[in-house]
Amino acid sequence: MLKRYIERFSWVDFLLKLFQVLALAAIVIGIFNTLSVARYSSDQWVTLIFAGLAQGSIYALIALGYTLVYGILLMINFAHGDVYMAGAFTSVFLADSFALSGFLASHPVLAILILLLVAVTVSMVLNVIVERVAYRPLRGAPRLVPLITAIGASFTIEYTFRGLYGAEFHAYPTVPALSGIINIAGYEIPRVQIVVLVAAVVLMLGLYFFVERTKIGKAMRAVSEDKEVARLMGINVDKVIMITFAVGGALAGAAGVFNGLFRPQGVFFFMGFIPGIKAFTAAVLGGIGNVPGAMVGGLFLGVFEAVGPNLILEGLGIPAVNQLRDAFAFTLLVIILIFRPQGIFGERLAEKKA
Amino acid sequence: MIKTLQENFRIILRYGLLGSVIALYLTTIGIVETFAQRNLVGTSVSLGHVFLVFGAVGAGFLVTRAMKEHSASIAAAASFITGMITSILLIILTLVIQVFVIQAAGQERVFELRSMFVNLSPSLVEFLTFGQGLVLGNLLFALFSGLMGLIGSSFVLLPENWRRAWINSLIWVLGLGLFSENVAQIVRELFSSSLNKVLFTNKALNPVAAIVIFVITFAIGYFGINKKTRAKWEQMPESRRKRGRTVLIVLSVVFLLVLPWTVGLFLSQALFIIGLYVMMGLGLNIVVGYAGLLDLGYVAFFAFGAYTMGILTSTGPLGRSDLTFWTALPFAVLVGVIWGLLLGFPVLRMRGDYLAIVTLGFGEIIRILALSNWLAPLEGGAQGVLHIPHPKIFGFAMDSPQSMYYLVVLGAVLAAFVTIRLRDSRLGRQWMAMREDEDVAEAMGINLVQTKLLAFAIGAAFSAMSGAIFAARLGNIFPHSFNILISINALSLIIVGGMGSIPGVVVGALILVGLPEMLREFAEYRLLMYGILLIVMMLVKPEGFLPEATRKRELRSGKEQFSDQVARSES
Repeated sequence: MLKRYIERFSWVDFLLKLFQVLALAAIVIGIFNTLSVARYSSDQWVTLIFAGLAQGSIYALIALGYTLVYGILLMINFAHGDVYMAGAFTSVFLADSFALSGFLASHPVLAILILLLVAVTVSMVLNVIVERVAYRPLRGAPRLVPLITAIGASFTIEYTFRGLYGAEFHAYPTVPALSGIINIAGYEIPRVQIVVLVAAVVLMLGLYFFVERTKIGKAMRAVSEDKEVARLMGINVDKVIMITFAVGGALAGAAGVFNGLFRPQGVFFFMGFIPGIKAFTAAVLGGIGNVPGAMVGGLFLGVFEAVGPNLILEGLGIPAVNQLRDAFAFTLLVIILIFRPQGIFGERLAEKKA
Repeated sequence: MIKTLQENFRIILRYGLLGSVIALYLTTIGIVETFAQRNLVGTSVSLGHVFLVFGAVGAGFLVTRAMKEHSASIAAAASFITGMITSILLIILTLVIQVFVIQAAGQERVFELRSMFVNLSPSLVEFLTFGQGLVLGNLLFALFSGLMGLIGSSFVLLPENWRRAWINSLIWVLGLGLFSENVAQIVRELFSSSLNKVLFTNKALNPVAAIVIFVITFAIGYFGINKKTRAKWEQMPESRRKRGRTVLIVLSVVFLLVLPWTVGLFLSQALFIIGLYVMMGLGLNIVVGYAGLLDLGYVAFFAFGAYTMGILTSTGPLGRSDLTFWTALPFAVLVGVIWGLLLGFPVLRMRGDYLAIVTLGFGEIIRILALSNWLAPLEGGAQGVLHIPHPKIFGFAMDSPQSMYYLVVLGAVLAAFVTIRLRDSRLGRQWMAMREDEDVAEAMGINLVQTKLLAFAIGAAFSAMSGAIFAARLGNIFPHSFNILISINALSLIIVGGMGSIPGVVVGALILVGLPEMLREFAEYRLLMYGILLIVMMLVKPEGFLPEATRKRELRSGKEQFSDQVARSES
């Protein structure tokens, strides 16, 4: 036993193991330090967790687009973050005029539904165009090639929208019906976070049933199992791929509106870049290609990113942890990809990728 | 004739609408109007016009090519109709602007079109209708688009000689108009400013001069002077060709040496940046082009080089030592190599897109850390590192763009030399084997760990070196300079030039870095063009403009290029 272990010993594995142990140790020490001095009250933790859940539900919606596309084409749709931006950026202008006319205050549900419809349509159409122009002609090309067009598509979309709508930030107007606080079990949670979380979960459940129960969903699963066999079974593979991109784009567009509703920072042409990488992290976290995994991964990432810097980094004595929130999420991405690339639940694609 | 056109109307309509969408796209994202101020010939032809007619010319070209089996007159008529069709969406656009922007001005409205689409301005209507009012202007515009469709068809229909001459002179006139400021600068340095006045007025080509140049270049193209010299060169005996090449090498070295003194300060700075990107591109070329590892966090090593140089040599409060540029440079490169190994190590087991996204993550993590207050005591945080001295050589401070240009050319030549030696070595062959198939390469006995790490380390070394030079040139560095766009820049230029090809890197840097530096108006649309270029290159010419495999053939046909000569003198 030991002999075999020594024979198989490699420096790479050893150092990676060492790195893993060090990372774990840092996390444990950080958590221990933070909790032992009781820096934050439980109220504050709950606030952080709910903010994280709402943010995470947005990541999850974007992550679903990555996961659906990866499940079928085995490629990262780099432009997906920008598809999300396109929907959010387009409907912000409509939201502004709704706010000016008072429509948003008088009929909030209808107004938000219209905003969602606009954003979903824009993102959906854009994602389908990207697929048609940049990915479809390259089926069967070496894997580096569609990856590079995806990067190109990402920058094309960003700077197209910069040209169209300008480079300024545009903030979504506040919706009177969504402001305020809901009291849940003694904790005060902003109403908009609950609404976003619930709406996102409803959308995700809808998608789950779409994929699992409808005929098109079945075709999507068949194509992701084996394109050639699916084609032999009479499935129009190109059409299924197009629908996949449309569904992914639609979810990203909805995520864009939700993001605008609860984050006051505003939208601009480069806003999709970082959420795009984070949503990809979420998709990998849940096992890329795995639909429920992406949902759980997104929620987990949101909470982890909200709580983690305060919980772990502060315990390690690092100042100004809020600046490092993004870096923290990316570190999680790197660590997951290195040590568990198949994600928390995903075994499905592990053999397929090899 | 009309019957054939009717039969082919679907094709005509399809290409016409495609051209129309392109024209509408270019107009609404603001390219047309932004460049309308940039005059090419006199005050009548601007760069905006070129972009405006792009859709019409392209559609005319495609339609003519699609209808090749019909007679020339039918194809020409079809292209004219196609050109007219391309104007439809823009005519609608002018009406929309007229109704929703111009007439709506001053009224209280809940929704303003212009607050959404920022480029739909009244002056755009003016530009699109040639200032002739909506009715007459739009009629003129439709006719104009039709004519442009005809021009597009002329690229297919004209006989060989005429076509070559026609394209040749178009390129010359438009090119001279485009670079009028730069050409004027060179003409002023080399000849006299009186020639300048004849050639250029108001930063554009003089119409008369344009016609003269057009005729001259047309004649050159028509009589095929270029072709004849090439044929002559082919016929020469080997010994004379060899001597000719030596002369060309010497000439190009001299050319590179005197270049900054003829083009002025501004272009020297552009040349400096091109050189910097050539160096980075050569490094990334090893990682992506030879070893096939798509690294999107390449900017991290650039940042390490720059920060090491900054911290080691700065005379400000962050300076840790009083090393000079020359003694700090090896340390900067060393730090780059160490980080190349450190960041390369965790990703050894990764391939393809996972590798790309992890390296992208690394690049972002490094940038965020550089910005943070946590590391600010070490490297300045958002304030950056200030007061980095210029390099000194024999007591002479290299503080002008010209002197730094020499430094960067030296660095780039060194990088090219190292790249060529590595490419032809055992290691280079191992990289390429790994690029083609990792599993097979490992089965052939290649140590993947070592090979990959060396690729990362050497690529990082080049990047760190250019980062160090960058820091010494600027004197102050800030974390904002080290964003993902630098990685994308470097990646785009090696892809456009041709992955794995050294002259490709130079050409890519000239096109992707040099052009935007010269044409400041491009600044806003630079990354848009990169994005489109990346997609188009991958769809049309995934091997790049100067692919490696055809390199040798090009050498034999006598197309000379500086880095080629470096290549040859070594091999």
